[in-house]
Amino acid sequence: MVLKIFFPQCCNRADSGLLVGRWISGHDSAVVLAVIHYPFIPGQVKQYIQQMQAQSGVELSVLGSWSLPKEGQEGMESFLRDLSTIFPQERWLQIKRQMGKTGFTCEILNRDQSGKAAQQDSIKKKKKVKIEEDYQHDDSDNKKQQEKKKEKIEEDDQHDDSDNKKKQEKKKEEEEGEEEEKVIFVHYEQRKVMLSQLHPIENGVPDPKTEPPSELRQVFQTVARSQPLFFLDRYDDGPLKSTHWQSEGREASIIMELLKQASVPLCLLISWLLSVWTWICNVRIFSLYPLRFLSSKLSTCVQLSYRTEHLRTLSSAKPATGHTEFMRKSNILVSFLIDVALGLLLISWLYRDDHIRMLANTLVPAADHVAKELEELLQWLMGAPAGLKMNRALDQVLGRFFLYHIHLWISYIHLMSPFIEGILWYGGLSACLGLTFALSLLSDMVALLTFHIYCFYVYGARLYCLKIYGLSSLWRLFRGKKWNVLRQRVDSCSYDLDQLFIGTLLFTILLFLLPTTALYYLVFTLLRLGVVLFQGILHLSVDFINSFPLFAMGLRICRSYRLGGISHFHIVHHTIFVQQMSFKVTLKQRRSSTISFCLQCIKLHREVNVL
Amino acid sequence: MEDETYTDINGKAISLDCQSHSGLCREFTVSSAKVSIGKVMVYTCSVWLFAYAVFFFTQNTAVLSCAILITLVGMMFHIHFVKVDHESLLVIGSLGIQVSSSYASGRETTTFIEMSRIKDIVINEAIYMHQIIYYLCVLLKDPSEPNAVSSVVPLFQNSKPRLNCLVKVYKSCQEILSKC
Repeated sequence: MVLKIFFPQCCNRADSGLLVGRWISGHDSAVVLAVIHYPFIPGQVKQYIQQMQAQSGVELSVLGSWSLPKEGQEGMESFLRDLSTIFPQERWLQIKRQMGKTGFTCEILNRDQSGKAAQQDSIKKKKKVKIEEDYQHDDSDNKKQQEKKKEKIEEDDQHDDSDNKKKQEKKKEEEEGEEEEKVIFVHYEQRKVMLSQLHPIENGVPDPKTEPPSELRQVFQTVARSQPLFFLDRYDDGPLKSTHWQSEGREASIIMELLKQASVPLCLLISWLLSVWTWICNVRIFSLYPLRFLSSKLSTCVQLSYRTEHLRTLSSAKPATGHTEFMRKSNILVSFLIDVALGLLLISWLYRDDHIRMLANTLVPAADHVAKELEELLQWLMGAPAGLKMNRALDQVLGRFFLYHIHLWISYIHLMSPFIEGILWYGGLSACLGLTFALSLLSDMVALLTFHIYCFYVYGARLYCLKIYGLSSLWRLFRGKKWNVLRQRVDSCSYDLDQLFIGTLLFTILLFLLPTTALYYLVFTLLRLGVVLFQGILHLSVDFINSFPLFAMGLRICRSYRLGGISHFHIVHHTIFVQQMSFKVTLKQRRSSTISFCLQCIKLHREVNVL
Repeated sequence: MEDETYTDINGKAISLDCQSHSGLCREFTVSSAKVSIGKVMVYTCSVWLFAYAVFFFTQNTAVLSCAILITLVGMMFHIHFVKVDHESLLVIGSLGIQVSSSYASGRETTTFIEMSRIKDIVINEAIYMHQIIYYLCVLLKDPSEPNAVSSVVPLFQNSKPRLNCLVKVYKSCQEILSKC
C-alpha cells in the first residue's frame, strides 16, 4: 500500500517539532496541518489539540515528528523517536529533512510491533524511500552522476533484497506490509486550499447511505475546517509555537479590517433607515386599490422594492452562514456599488453643460414628430393603403376617431412642455440611487409618453376581437348550429327564417368590414410592439445590472482558486506539488448554488475538458 | 527510449516524452508540431489580398483595417483556443490521473481524476471521418456501482497518436495501475 502524506508547502523550512494533522481513514493518507515547535510540554500539546478538535470538529492528532536539524541540534534524533511513546498513535511518522538538500526522508514506526522489529522495519523503509528519492533526484541531475548513482542504487537494491529474504525467513506476516510500503509526498499550498471554500458540508450531517467522500475532498475539508488551528502564530506569547501558512503573523489587510469595523455602524444605520422606509410603505393609504395597482405597474416602484429587499439582506446583522450565502451577498453588494457608480456617471453627464435642457428641448419636437408621422399613417390608412380597397365609411370613421385622439394627445404634451424640464431635472436625481433607477424611470416615462399608442392598440384590438367573436357566432348560425353554454359545446339548432335572414345579413356585413378593422389592428399592434420591445430592452438591462454575478466573475478572473475548477499537480524534483485542486464531486454540489452564471462557466470548462 | 518516431493519425510527426519520476509517478507528454510560419503567411496573405481586392472596388479604407483586425483576432483565437502545443498525462499511483493540455499561447487546461473513480485505462477503437482510429481512454466508474462504466474520458484527443505510441503509454500506465 502506498502512504500519501499531504504536506503544506509553508512548513518546508519549519523548525523541528511535532507534526499535527489528521489520518484520513480508509485511504491510508495523512494530512499535515501544522508543525508545533520544540520546546513544548507534551501535556500542553495534548490539551491544545483537544481544544482545537473541539473547536473545529476535525479529528486532529499528532502524526509524528519533523526534524530539520540546524547547527548544534544534531542529537535530537533519538529524542524525536522517543516522542512516539508519549503520543500513542498507530503509526508514527518521522519526517526528516537536511539543510541544503532537497528531498525528505520518512520513517514509519508501527505501534503494534515490538520495539526492535519496528526499528529494523523503519530503517529498511527509510532506505527504500531514499532510493526512491535518489531516482527522482537523478532526473534533474546530469547523466554522469546518474550513472554513478545507478550503480550505487543497484547495490542498495541487492542489499535490500537479501535483507528481505532474511526477513522472509523470519516473519512472513510482517514482510507483506513492508514490501508495499511506499511514501508519496504531496505538497499543497495551504493558503489556497484553505481559501478555496469548495467543501462546505451541506446539511451538517453526512448521509450514511452515500459513499464516503473521496480522498481529496476529505483532505480539503480537513484543511478548510481546521481554521482555528491557524490562529496561533509565532508572535503569540503562549507556551506553544507552530508553523503553518499564517505563522508569519496573521494574514490580513488593514483596509479590509477597517472596512469590517466600519461596516457595523453602517449596517445599523441602513437597517434603521430601512425600517423607517418600510413603515412609510406600510401606511394604509398606500395599500388602497388604485395606488397598489399603480405601484405594481410602475417599474420604478418595482425596482425600489427590489433594492429594499437587497439592502435588507445586506444589512442583516448575522453573518453569512454558508459559502453560497456569502457569494450571494457579495454579488448583491458589488452589483449595487457598480449600479450606483454608473448612476453617478450618468448624473455627472446629465448635469454638465445643460444636457437636461437639451433633452427637454428635443423631447417635445420628437413627440410632435411622432404625432405627425402617426397622422400621415392614418391618412394613408384612410385612403387605399397598399392598393387595398377598404370600406370607405368605416375607414373614415375610424381614421377620424384616431386623428382626434392624436390631436388630444398633442395638446396635452404642449400643455406639459413647460414642466418637462423640471420633471427631467428631478427625475435625473434618482440616478444617484443607481443606474437601474434611471433606466426604470425612463421606461416609465416612455410608457406614459406613448400612452396614445397603447390606447390605439387597445381600441383596435377590442374592435377586432368583437368582430371576430361576432363572425364566429354568426358562422355557426349560418351552418344551423349554436354554442351551448351549459354543456360547453356546439349543438345543432333550428332557427326561424327571420333569424337566419338577419344573421346571414349581419354576417355578410361583418365579413366585408373585417379587412378594414384587421388593417387598423395590424398597424397599431406593430406600433405597440415597437414600444414594448424598447421597454423590454430597458427592463433587460435593469435585470442584467441587478443580477449579474460580478463578484463571482471577478473572483474567477483574479483568484480562480477561490472557486476552483482547475486542479494542477506539478512534479517538483522529488515530490508532488499541488498548486490548486478541485474536483468533480465538489462541482456537482456547487451547481445548486445561486451563482449560476459562473458555475456554467466552470461546468462548460469542465465539459470541454471531458469532451 | 526516444528513438522510435511517432506519428499522429494524419501522418504528421509527433514526439512522446516519458518521464518516470518514481515507481509510482509517470508523466507522458505528447507534443505536436509547432505552428508553421508558412501556413500563417498563407492565411494572412489570402485575407489581405482579398481585403485589397474589395478595397480596390469599393474604395473604402475601413475594409483594410478590418482585415488587419480580423487577422490579429483570428491568430490570437487560434493560438489561445485551437492550437494545442502539447498534451500531458500524469499518472500518480493511488492518487489519480491528471490530464492537461497546453495551448500555443501558454494557456493550460487541466483535469484531475481521482483514483477512486478510475476503473481502468484502455485503448479503444473509434470511427473518425472515413477511417478507424485507436485512442487511449480512461474508464470512469461511479463509486456507488463499481462494476459499471459510468463515462469515458478520451486522452490525447488533439494530437491523435497512432497505435504504437498508445501501446507504449498504455503499458506503462498499466504498470502503475496494477501496483495500487
